[in-house]
Amino acid sequence: MPALRIVYAWELRKLLAQKRTYLGLGAAVLVPLVFAGALLVQNGQPNDVAFGRYVRQSGLAIPPVLLIFGSIWLFPLIASLVAGDIVAAEDHNGTLKTILTRSTDRSRIFVAKVLAAATYAFVALTAMGVVALLAGIAVSGLHPLVTLSGTTVSSAKGIELIAASLLVYMMPLLGIVAIALLLSVLTHNSAAAVVGALMISLILQLVTILPGLGSLQPYLLTTQFNAWQGFLRTPVDYAPVVRAAWVCALYAVPALAVAFSSFMRRDVTGG
Amino acid sequence: MSDAGAPPVQARGLVKQYDDVTAVAGVDLTVERGDVYGYLGPNGAGKTTVLRMLLGLIRPTSGEARLFGRDPLVEGARALDGVAGFVEAPRFYPYLSGRKNLEMLAALDGHGAAGRIDAALDIVEMADRQKHRVGGYSHGMRQRLGVAAALLRDPKLLLLDEPATGLDPAGMRDMRALVARLSSEGTTVLLSSHLMPEVEELCNRVAIVRTGRIVYEGDITSLRARAGSHWRLRTTEDERARRVVEAQRGITAVAHDPDTPSAPGALRFEGEEAAVGELSIALVEAGLGLLELTPVRATLEDVFFTLTEDGAAVPPSSPADSDAVAA
Ligand SMILES: Nc1ncnc2c1ncn2[C@@H]1O[C@H](COP(=O)(O)OP(=O)(O)O)[C@@H](O)[C@H]1O
Ligand SMILES: [Mg+2]
Repeated sequence: MPALRIVYAWELRKLLAQKRTYLGLGAAVLVPLVFAGALLVQNGQPNDVAFGRYVRQSGLAIPPVLLIFGSIWLFPLIASLVAGDIVAAEDHNGTLKTILTRSTDRSRIFVAKVLAAATYAFVALTAMGVVALLAGIAVSGLHPLVTLSGTTVSSAKGIELIAASLLVYMMPLLGIVAIALLLSVLTHNSAAAVVGALMISLILQLVTILPGLGSLQPYLLTTQFNAWQGFLRTPVDYAPVVRAAWVCALYAVPALAVAFSSFMRRDVTGG
Repeated sequence: MSDAGAPPVQARGLVKQYDDVTAVAGVDLTVERGDVYGYLGPNGAGKTTVLRMLLGLIRPTSGEARLFGRDPLVEGARALDGVAGFVEAPRFYPYLSGRKNLEMLAALDGHGAAGRIDAALDIVEMADRQKHRVGGYSHGMRQRLGVAAALLRDPKLLLLDEPATGLDPAGMRDMRALVARLSSEGTTVLLSSHLMPEVEELCNRVAIVRTGRIVYEGDITSLRARAGSHWRLRTTEDERARRVVEAQRGITAVAHDPDTPSAPGALRFEGEEAAVGELSIALVEAGLGLLELTPVRATLEDVFFTLTEDGAAVPPSSPADSDAVAA
C-alpha cells in the first residue's frame, strides 16, 4: 500500500487545484491588509477590543486584534470551507468509488484527508498571522507591545508571544476542522457541512450569553479561541492554554472517531 | 487469505437490501480464470449492486464475496490486488487533467502503475487529450479514461459495468475490441450488460439476472441450444388446417401465432423437420393451399426476454433476424 505521505501529498495537490481553497486563503490574507489599510486612511482605533487601543502604537497589536475578530466566524468559516468539503466533494464528483477501488485502504485515505484539512487551516492561520504582522509593522512600526496586564514587552518578545498565540489558536480551529469533517462525511453535502460547522460555532458562542448557561463557558470549544491571551499576560497564564488543549480534544477526538467509523463502514453508491 | 487456486470471483449467497428494495436477492457467482463472463439483466436487475459488493464499495446485507480468495470487507484494498474496473460511469476529478487524474490513481496503486500511464493512454487513444481537464471530457472520453485507469493496475481480473453504455458505435466497437484483446492476453473479465448481442459477442459464459436473482447460468453454447425454434404455418383454411396439424404425429405445442397480425389465422407449432415434411403432405392431401411454412428460430435475445420479463412467451423473431444471430 502506498505510504500515507504520498496519499497526503495528493490530497494537498487536489486542494491546490480547487478554487475554494484560494477563497479561504485569500480572505486570510486580505483581512489584515484591509484592516491595515483602514488604519492608514482613517483616524481612531477599535477601542473596545483588547489591544485595539494600541494598534497605532505598535504593529504587534494588530495580529491579536484580528485573532479576536476572526474567532467569531472568519476562521471557523475558512477552516470549514475546506474541511467540510474534503469528503463531500468526493461524493459530489462521484470520485469516492474511483479512489476506493485502488490499492489504498479507506483508513489511509481518511487520515490523509484529516491531515490535509488541518494543514490548510494551519496555513491559512499562519498566512493571516504573518500578513497581519508585516502589515502592522508597516503601518504602526515595530515597537514594544503593551500586554493585557498593562506591562510592556520588547518587540522581539512580542513576536515570539504572537507566534505562540497562533499555535494555541490552532487548537480550537482543529476542533472546528474535526466537526466540519464529521459533517462532510455524514451529510455527503459540502454546503450543508460548511454551513453546519459554522452554525455550531456560532451557537456555541450564543450559549455563553444565555442566562444560567454562563458556567458552561470554560468548556465550550469557541471559548478556547481566547486561550492564547494567557500568553499576553505577565506572568504568562498557562491555565487557559492547558484547558484549551483538553477541551478541544474533547470536541475533536469524538468527532473524528465518529467520522472515521462512518467513513469506514459507509456504502459508497454515488457517482 | 489468498490461495493460488482460488477463482477470480466467487460470491456466495450475496444479498443487498435497501429499505424496501431487495437489490440483490441471493446471488451465487463463480468466474473462472480466463472467462469473459457476462452478467446480463435489464435495468434495475441488481448488476451494479453486485459489482459494488465485489469491489468492497458496499456491504452485503448477507453472504460474501471473494476475489482470488480475498474478501474485500476483511482485507480492504489488498483484496483488490490484481483487480481493476469500475461501476456505472467512471468518475474523475473534473478540475484535474486526464493525466493528473491517472497520476493520482497510479500513486494510490503503487506497484509501478505510474510507469504504465503512457501505454494505457495510448491503448484507449486518449494521449492527445491527456493535458485537458476532465471537466471538459465527453461521456465517451471519460469511459476511455476509466478503462485506462483500470489498465494502470495491470489487472488479472477486470470488472466492467455496462462498459459500452452511452458510447457511439465506434466507441462501442473499440470497447468490445479491447475487451476481446485483453481476454486473449489472459485477463479474466466480468462485465455487466443489458444487451444480449454484446454478451453474445464477447462472453463465453453468462448469468442472466432478473430482480436480483440469477435465472440462468451457463455457457453461451448451452443457452443457444435452449433458444429452440418453432414453425409458422399459414394456409387457405385456418380451421381445418389446425385440425390436420393437431392430428399429425411428432408435432407439438400447436397454438395460434400472435406474431403475424396481418394473418390472424396463422399457427405456430414445434416439431422435427421430418414430422413437418409429413405434415406438409398431409395438408396438401387434405386439399389445403400452403401460403407459408417457415422455421422460426428464437434468438438469444428472445431467451433473455423470456427469462427476464413477466410471464412472456418466447417472442419469435423473423427468420432473417434469427439467422443473423445464430450465424
Ligand atoms: N443506494 C441505493 N439505495 C436504494 N436503492 C438502490 C440503491 N442502489 C440501487 N438500488 C435499487 O436496487 C435495484 C438494483 O439497482 P442496480 O444494481 O443499480 O441495477 P442495475 O445495475 O442492474 O441496473 C434497483 O431497484 C435500484 O433502484
Ligand atoms: Mg447498473
